[in-house]
Amino acid sequence: MTAPNHSWRKFKNVFMQALALVCALLVVAPLVLVFYHLIKEGFSAINWAFFTQLPKPVGEPGGGMGNAIVGTFVVLAQAALLGVPVGVLGGVFLSEFGGSKLNWAIRFAADILNGVPSITWGIVVYALMVVPMKGFSALAGGVVLGMMMIPLVMRTTEEVLQLVPGGYREAALALGIAKWKTIVQIVIRTALKGIVTGVLLALARVAGETAPLLFTALGNQHWSHKLNEPISAMPLQIFNYAISPYDDWHRQAWAGALVLLLLVLSINVGVRFLTRDRFGARNH
Amino acid sequence: MNQPDKQPTANGGQQFGDTAFKWLTLAMALAVFVLIALIGYELFKGSHLALQKFGWHFLTSSEWDPVNDEYGAWPFIFGTVVSSVIALVIAVPISVATAVYLTELAPQWLRQPLTMFIELLAAVPSVILGLWGIFVMVPWLRVALFPWLQKYFGFLPLFQGPIYGVSMLAGGIIVAIMIIPIITSVSREILRSVPGLQREAAYALGATRWEVTRIAVLSYAKKGLFGAVILGLGRALGETMAVTMVIGNTPQVVKSLFAPGYTLASVIANEFNEASGDMYPSALFEIGLVLLGVTVLVNIFAQLLLKTFAGPSVKPQH
Repeated sequence: MTAPNHSWRKFKNVFMQALALVCALLVVAPLVLVFYHLIKEGFSAINWAFFTQLPKPVGEPGGGMGNAIVGTFVVLAQAALLGVPVGVLGGVFLSEFGGSKLNWAIRFAADILNGVPSITWGIVVYALMVVPMKGFSALAGGVVLGMMMIPLVMRTTEEVLQLVPGGYREAALALGIAKWKTIVQIVIRTALKGIVTGVLLALARVAGETAPLLFTALGNQHWSHKLNEPISAMPLQIFNYAISPYDDWHRQAWAGALVLLLLVLSINVGVRFLTRDRFGARNH
Repeated sequence: MNQPDKQPTANGGQQFGDTAFKWLTLAMALAVFVLIALIGYELFKGSHLALQKFGWHFLTSSEWDPVNDEYGAWPFIFGTVVSSVIALVIAVPISVATAVYLTELAPQWLRQPLTMFIELLAAVPSVILGLWGIFVMVPWLRVALFPWLQKYFGFLPLFQGPIYGVSMLAGGIIVAIMIIPIITSVSREILRSVPGLQREAAYALGATRWEVTRIAVLSYAKKGLFGAVILGLGRALGETMAVTMVIGNTPQVVKSLFAPGYTLASVIANEFNEASGDMYPSALFEIGLVLLGVTVLVNIFAQLLLKTFAGPSVKPQH
């Protein structure tokens, strides 16, 4: 073999490896940059008032996002009420019952739903709820996020239930325990940590959604007390402040984004440390 | 429970309980079909006025004039396709190279943290990336990258014309940032499912590490990687908030990537709440229908590719 060829191959080897490393660094860069700027621009605007006060009109300094923070949790709670039972039980069906053809179709449908653009969900629920109820509402916001959670939770639940060894089920059935009791008390309980992980990740995912809330929850500048009235949420408030022309509002947008990002990322990091055993959901 | 005389009733109860439980879970699982039907039904119902009036012409007309009730989706389709193609051109090489780095090259201790970092990037809400895009990325593009591109590649029509910052190219870059994590993590799963024997055989022939990757791993995984890219395309087409914040929201069809554009998702986000009358909202619903149709087709294609490549060993990606 000729030596020059060999050194050319070696050079290419090193070069491509270096290139791959550069690409990996490029991927990491945006997260670092976003975090850096959020802290730089937003941290100074975070104080007690930010969490407890209402937004101030243009020109008045101060004020906060109290209503949007509460609103986010109100909408998420409703979303969980809809998305968790449907998603978890549907996931139980996929893992424990059903023929392979039907299950394949359900899985496929869930994967397609996961790819439906979030803005599409928004106008669908607008037509479904806002038009008949004659107004934007916190309820519609909860329903749209809940619908988006269903396929997410279904797939992760199925995944973690499949990790429960078949021997557990057989042992319980051999003792004469009904199948549904076996599933509820043994299979689900064994995989509970993983299911909770999946639910939390789904909540973290929809917590940052803006587009579906634009035409459902709408947002407002005061405290909401009724579910049939518009409600604010952090992503909505961040968006409205970001596209406004006022410096005060931009600062609030940065602060809101920092708080929202910390919330979302701490759920994501938290569940990874919580579920390090073999029944933990593998993250998405 | 252990009393023998109660056994028959307990059995009957068990039967009933099992059947009821099975049907309950089945009903919940079928919710996915209900949701798909619901989405399709509401979009068709909402858009039937526009469908009737404009027909197929809607897709090719460039007229978007709410005052005279004339609507055509072409500028938005154009903007969506162009920003998604830019995003893929940027994201695909970077994502695949990163996936290769993660599975083949990186030292063991680095793989786990790096993977987690990429998953965290996937979790950043779109609106936050958009905020960063408006105030950090776009100004930088305006004063640094775009003038540079114009200076050295200005002979191409793509890089001519005035520079505003907010532009098709800015939209494409922000979408690239959003789809890199998903393409990377699906590609990583694909590469991990390549049998070790493939690599060992290539090493045994004296191949270098890069040659092993190219000959034994990448060519083996081609189809799966293609699936990952198509999945990324599906996400790119439907991406809303971040794009809306940086693309400039101007419905026009021009060659320059420095010019502002508009996408299907952004026009809904921006105009839906202000759309008055009957035809205007209906046209926006039709835009939603077009967007849904395209993303669903792309996603079906991606899922089929991924499922035939690796079966159930590649986990679903959200």
